[in-house]
Amino acid sequence: MSVLEIIDLHVSVETDQGTKQILRGVNLTINEGEIHAIMGPNGSGKSTLAYTIAGHPKYHVESGSILLDGVDVLKMTVDARARAGLFLAMQYPVEIPGVTVTNFLRTAKTAIEGEAPPIRSWIKDVREAMTGLKMDKAFAERNVNEGFSGGEKKRNEILQLELLKPKFAVLDETDSGLDVDALKIVSEGVNRAKANTGLGLLLITHYTRILRYIHPDFVHVFVNGRIAEQGGPELADRLEDEGYDRFLVPSNVG
Amino acid sequence: MSAASALSKSASKTMPESTTPALADPTAAKSVIPAGQHGIKEHSDGRFGYVPVQTRSDRFKSVQVADFETVTGREAVWKHSPIAKFTDLTAGSLDGSRYEIESTVSTDVSVEWVPRTDARIGTAGLPEERAAANAWSVFDDALAITVSGEEAKEITVTRSSLGNSARGAHTIIEAKPFSQATIILQNTGDARLSENVEIILGESANLTVVSLQEWNDSAVHLANHFASIGRDARLKHVVVSLGGSIVRVNPSVRLAGPGSDTLLLGLYFADAGQHLEQQVYVFHDAPKSRSRVNYKGALQGQDARTVWIGDVLIGNNAAGTDSYEQNRNLVLSEGTRADSIPNLEIETGDIVGAGHASATGRFDDEQLFYLQSRGVSEDEARRLVVRGFLTEVVQQIGSPELEARLQLAIEAELIGTDDK
Ligand SMILES: Nc1ncnc2c1ncn2[C@@H]1O[C@H](COP(=O)(O)OP(=O)(O)OP(=O)(O)O)[C@@H](O)[C@H]1O
Ligand SMILES: [Mg+2]
Repeated sequence: MSVLEIIDLHVSVETDQGTKQILRGVNLTINEGEIHAIMGPNGSGKSTLAYTIAGHPKYHVESGSILLDGVDVLKMTVDARARAGLFLAMQYPVEIPGVTVTNFLRTAKTAIEGEAPPIRSWIKDVREAMTGLKMDKAFAERNVNEGFSGGEKKRNEILQLELLKPKFAVLDETDSGLDVDALKIVSEGVNRAKANTGLGLLLITHYTRILRYIHPDFVHVFVNGRIAEQGGPELADRLEDEGYDRFLVPSNVG
Repeated sequence: MSAASALSKSASKTMPESTTPALADPTAAKSVIPAGQHGIKEHSDGRFGYVPVQTRSDRFKSVQVADFETVTGREAVWKHSPIAKFTDLTAGSLDGSRYEIESTVSTDVSVEWVPRTDARIGTAGLPEERAAANAWSVFDDALAITVSGEEAKEITVTRSSLGNSARGAHTIIEAKPFSQATIILQNTGDARLSENVEIILGESANLTVVSLQEWNDSAVHLANHFASIGRDARLKHVVVSLGGSIVRVNPSVRLAGPGSDTLLLGLYFADAGQHLEQQVYVFHDAPKSRSRVNYKGALQGQDARTVWIGDVLIGNNAAGTDSYEQNRNLVLSEGTRADSIPNLEIETGDIVGAGHASATGRFDDEQLFYLQSRGVSEDEARRLVVRGFLTEVVQQIGSPELEARLQLAIEAELIGTDDK
């Protein structure tokens, strides 16, 4: 069984005003098959954690480690991490001019598997996954995320999750900007991926509404660059009622 | 208002260096470019609505070099070019002698040298600037490629040993009525060349001309292609500029016969220090004529520079025309500059469609990160994006062998510049 461990992680970014500390000692262990929800106020560092796991060059790891089955992820390039089984569904997926969804998916799948997927079954897989996410066939020939609505971009992220079959996926606010119908469709996609591959999930969200469809095993409250409290699904309900106020030390607000 | 359909698609990001459209007819302008549209910049220099004194077809023309003033760089045709680097071509004396060519053969296509007195010379167009007139003044013989026969056929004419002395040259490509062919002009090796190429299509001819610039790194090539398209004839014209220090290929196409049709394609990849320029001019001078212009370029490396100017003039006798032009640039690194300047002049109210789009987008670190986060290596990511971007043009050339070769050439460009 695979395990992703984040140990005492400290991360900073360079800003115009100098180095800014964002993560201040994050500890988190996710086993394959588990769903962890991370909830926290704006600016608390949730996306930073997600990007650091994926290896975005902007984020500088000061100390701590990330291990995938004991192997040091921080030493790997971004693409090597993906090939090792990590996936990040981004909060703001970028547009890639000139690259169609079809071409992109095939290239990514080939890179991750180390060989091109068998054409027939691949085409079928893509078509089924798109149908499951209620994505029109026309998307296949459009450039990646170019002119996609917010909701369509999120579906496209989950499409990749389903097809690339990672061991661990971080979903960064995949629920925001989705209406109820789209939220259900996207959640079903995530649940399908989990049922098919038994992946581990780190679900970053502001709201509990996605947790009605994707049921977390653990809920972590993320405040000021670290996990302030953890518990089971009931913690999410409590946060919904009470907000984050009791976690916020006044001097750290903002 | 019948001038319609501004199908402007947006650039993915910013338009760092894109210049703005200059329009002769401000009312037409407004119908074609909705203000503030994403990816299309309106005049930012406060000249919006400025009406040039002269319509595009009224530019001064002469075959005599002495009729043109010394080039200053302020002229409309020169202001984007590094004129100091080729004064030999604009002001020097050129070698107008024959040069060596290699040509594949095909029935119904002749390739021969003809004297200056050949009746076809000057029928497709005349020089509008000094380098072109300089070349016109000196050539001894013109290379004439004459196509007859209704069957499809292809020939490649290669120049690979022009050398480093300044030359002037003249080429005629004639497609007789109802004939059909693809002519590939392939350019490699060294060159300091100014030349004029006249392309003459008789009634219902169907001609593809591909001009392929794969010169050595130091080459300078200034070319004007003048095409005249007869009734119901169709010209596909393709400019591919990959190699050379300064390459300027300017096609001027006059849709001279009713129902004439042209597709003008361009593909360029500028790497460090390269200047690749194309000034495209389409003159709708007959009813029911149709034009499509699609130029795409990639830029990578310090001081990679491209210029695209697209002038479309719809003359007052050109009722029922349909035109669309676009230029897209993909910026792959810092330190590059892409100018993209569409101009549309409309002299008749009776138009089926007229539109243009111009956008310069960046391939940036976030795109790279996105692709890499899906397992794709950095090199592969760049290849994917550039290939995807340029393929649209490559695929329209219609010569499978050439298309395959160009795909490889594009990949070589990417790798070549990675090494710098
Ligand atoms: N590249 C950067 N430059 C400057 N500051 C940054 C950068 N990236 C993140 N930050 C800052 O770090 C803090 C954490 O940002 P992060 O995006 O991780 O928060 P978040 O919890 O995901 O917030 P949200 O809920 O709004 O998505 C914020 O104050 C943010 O402004
Ligand atoms: Mg965030």
